[in-house]
Amino acid sequence: MHHIPITVTVDGMTYEREVEPRALLVHFLRNDLGRVGTVIGCDTSNCGACTVLLNGRSVKSCSVLAVQADGTSITTIQGLSDGNEWHPVQTAFKECHGLQCGYCTPGMVMSAVDLLSENPNPSEAEIREGLEGNLCRCTGYHNIVRSVEMAAELMGGAK
Amino acid sequence: MTATTETPSALGRPIKRKEDARLLHGQTNWTDNIQLPGTVHMAILRSPYAHAKITKLDVSPAKNHANVVNAFGAAELGDLNGSIPCVWPVTDDIVMPAFPALAPDTVRQVGDCVAVVLATNPQSAVDALEDIVVQYEPLPVVIDMEKAIAPGATPVHADAGTNVCYVYNLGGGYEEVKAKADVVVKRRFINQRLIPAFMEPRSVVAAPMGMSDEITVWSATQIPHVLRVLLALVTGIPENNLRVVAPDVGGGFGGKLQCYREEVLVVNLARKLGRPVKWTETRSEDMLATHHGRDQIQDIEIAATKDGKLLGLNVELIANMGAYLQIITPGIPLLGMFMYPAIYKMEAYNFKCTGVFTNTTPTDAYRGAGRPEATYAIERIIDELAAELGMDPLALREKNWIKHEEFPYTTVSGLTYDTGNYEAATAKALDLFGYDELRAEQKRRRDSNEPVQLGIGISTFTEMCGLAPSRTLGALKYVAGGWEHCTIRVLPTGKVELITGTSPHGQGHETAWSQIASSILGVPVEDIEVVHSDTGRAPYGMDTYGSRSLAVGGRAIKLAAERLIEKARVIAAHQLECSPADLEFVNGVFQVKGDASKQQPLGAVAFEAFTAHNLPDGVEPTLQGEATVDPDDFSYPHGTHLAAIEVDTETGKVRVRTYVAVDDVGIQVNPMIVEGQVHGGLAQGIAQALYEGAFYDEDGQPLNATLSTYLIPAAPDLPSFITGQTVTPSTTHPLGTKGVGEAGTIASTPAIINGVVDALRHLGVTEVAMPATPMTVWKTIQAAKGGK
Ligand code: FES
Ligand code: FES
Repeated sequence: MHHIPITVTVDGMTYEREVEPRALLVHFLRNDLGRVGTVIGCDTSNCGACTVLLNGRSVKSCSVLAVQADGTSITTIQGLSDGNEWHPVQTAFKECHGLQCGYCTPGMVMSAVDLLSENPNPSEAEIREGLEGNLCRCTGYHNIVRSVEMAAELMGGAK
Repeated sequence: MTATTETPSALGRPIKRKEDARLLHGQTNWTDNIQLPGTVHMAILRSPYAHAKITKLDVSPAKNHANVVNAFGAAELGDLNGSIPCVWPVTDDIVMPAFPALAPDTVRQVGDCVAVVLATNPQSAVDALEDIVVQYEPLPVVIDMEKAIAPGATPVHADAGTNVCYVYNLGGGYEEVKAKADVVVKRRFINQRLIPAFMEPRSVVAAPMGMSDEITVWSATQIPHVLRVLLALVTGIPENNLRVVAPDVGGGFGGKLQCYREEVLVVNLARKLGRPVKWTETRSEDMLATHHGRDQIQDIEIAATKDGKLLGLNVELIANMGAYLQIITPGIPLLGMFMYPAIYKMEAYNFKCTGVFTNTTPTDAYRGAGRPEATYAIERIIDELAAELGMDPLALREKNWIKHEEFPYTTVSGLTYDTGNYEAATAKALDLFGYDELRAEQKRRRDSNEPVQLGIGISTFTEMCGLAPSRTLGALKYVAGGWEHCTIRVLPTGKVELITGTSPHGQGHETAWSQIASSILGVPVEDIEVVHSDTGRAPYGMDTYGSRSLAVGGRAIKLAAERLIEKARVIAAHQLECSPADLEFVNGVFQVKGDASKQQPLGAVAFEAFTAHNLPDGVEPTLQGEATVDPDDFSYPHGTHLAAIEVDTETGKVRVRTYVAVDDVGIQVNPMIVEGQVHGGLAQGIAQALYEGAFYDEDGQPLNATLSTYLIPAAPDLPSFITGQTVTPSTTHPLGTKGVGEAGTIASTPAIINGVVDALRHLGVTEVAMPATPMTVWKTIQAAKGGK
């Protein structure tokens, strides 16, 4: 199968690679670049585990072709903070026990980051609606909602 | 080191989890992340038929596909086509059909494995599946359990000649008490089939590793230790050459408590090819090929006096095994068997379960495993009895439950509950809920015939944790034991290594086990490393399921820590030139009683044990304590859950307005984790009541086996929960703990459905099928109206 050259910036580093036209962004991240922090939970675009930011907006990376990401900048859970400074959403998820097995977490956190950039002070209902595309089987969402509320506060959302 | 002032014990504090830093930064080690040089990827050709003869199978064209290393059907695999084990033959005459990994001649479920392709990348393996030549001759399909056991039904396993897997009986005397009853209520409940749907799809990698004949297996499993034994038995690979590792595992809920076909195939193929083999399922494969849960028809009859005293309970189950028996498929209904009488006193109890084969995905453990089914049945029938008697359902419960002063209490099914306080949990729940106000609102809405009606759902549940006393398991014909192991080492540098046989996949054992050890050893939580889920580093264990990890594993941690202290005490006494009895151990430091200037911290003792320059005679070097503990008994968490349910009678839509869960799980190691377990459990129990159910058409085609059609609740589908606790310590557990992994799931399904029925009872509704979707509820209302 013939390959197409692409240039993508992922978590601040620029990669040049050749990809199959059918390759999904999530496979490109995981298999070609070894950025395995972003995970796959389904094959029907339902779970949101694969969510990343593409030019600052959240996308399900299983629903984007790698070639469509050519020339873009991607942020994954691995690039959200430098490891010393935590992103407020990460801090809040830990403080509020917003994760258990952690498999939905990369996608959940990235969606929450996007949600808060759109709406810095969401109500509980808005948080629940905003995270509708991200499934979690462990937490029952209760503490995820608390985490996003706390993150909003940490990020200075009006209260 | 003068830290001899008491610092607060880590036990019982809501300490933030150690696990989270990695998980929140994507520094994870899921099995699918593993990319070993030279790996070949396996793809599986699965049956599109529920029941068919394979009339032709030719895998050779697939081998011509680019990047394909090899392809196999059952014939090509020969002896390497292992047979999948079932370790719970519940009766002497149980039918246990052969279960080869690849179907040799007949497929019996959609998703049955027919052939595999191995290629140097996953895409090529999947692409080449299309080149396999396969022909089927469809056979008659059995899906409905009652039809499956009716005369003339086609057997799923022709050589068995029947679809009855087993019949199990327990108890007796129900007919006699029924004869003297004033009221008898009988209902049929359908406890529908569910899909575990953990978020991390299953994945397995097996690689022959360098120096020895060892094969290392990484699998997204709950049971690395059990799996190692089973893989050795199935594949013939000597157990001492197998190392099984469960790296980060993304949820399980019983669905990863298994020895799967794909695991056996990957291990055997890695051995055959002499190189790493890897398989990761797609979600759509998962929904077909991961075992399912529940799926029982429950005929329940309860007998009582007219003033509401329970006399007896009769339970007749038909339990769907699916097409094959997996690890503990037949035993699942028996895990619930003892729990039908629940918290209630009665004179007689009869139980009968018929296990049935159908052309469906095998069933096995799913969160609660047998106990949610039991709790659903008893808590639903109690509500129906209350309606029949014209009693308040809570008053009926209270009249019959075991009073707190009556513990320990041996129930009619023969279990002895050590402790409990149903009065206290219920009082607390009522307090948080506002029962009387809601009853008043309910009456108002009924009287004014409002479109949205209000129902109150009650569930005063108990459950059984801590699998399990090994003798009990033996008596139930389960082939393994139920003990647990822990080794604790204080390393020369003073750091602590806690090696557990439990295998977490989201439960936070690294944090909670550190808290237990810290509270005994006086070592800070952050200085304790919990080693788990790797048979190379944690050789002994029985893994994690059935809310057993703390209930059983916690005992081992406590005993190992205490043994370590006893050894250290002897060394410290030698160092301090006193007798061991003269020492007290406070916050990680030995000190001579009455002379605080004479101290020896545990770390210094460990260094002495390491150098071994000056050990007392007869004391061996190194400082560790180990314990393998068989529990004396089960533990019995309980609680009272109350749900305020709004039902829109015009659309059938159900809304959970308020959900109060008061759980008594005994002493809590980490209340934050406990609450998280309750939340997640509630979500899954509510999901069974309102959203989930896996269904087949008459041809055995799954109707909703994808994540877009099988409705796992998302955030907008669930409310926030109100949780509370009462603490009645277990007296059979040295830490006073009970277990919490399944309580929420077990309790909440009947609470929700009781609430839905309660909202509609004045319309003539006495039963609502699960899941109570708007369509189902609306139709139920219409049918009740029509019947009036
Ligand atoms: S992997 Fe499930 S939505 Fe992308
Ligand atoms: S934490 Fe396990 S799926 Fe969300």
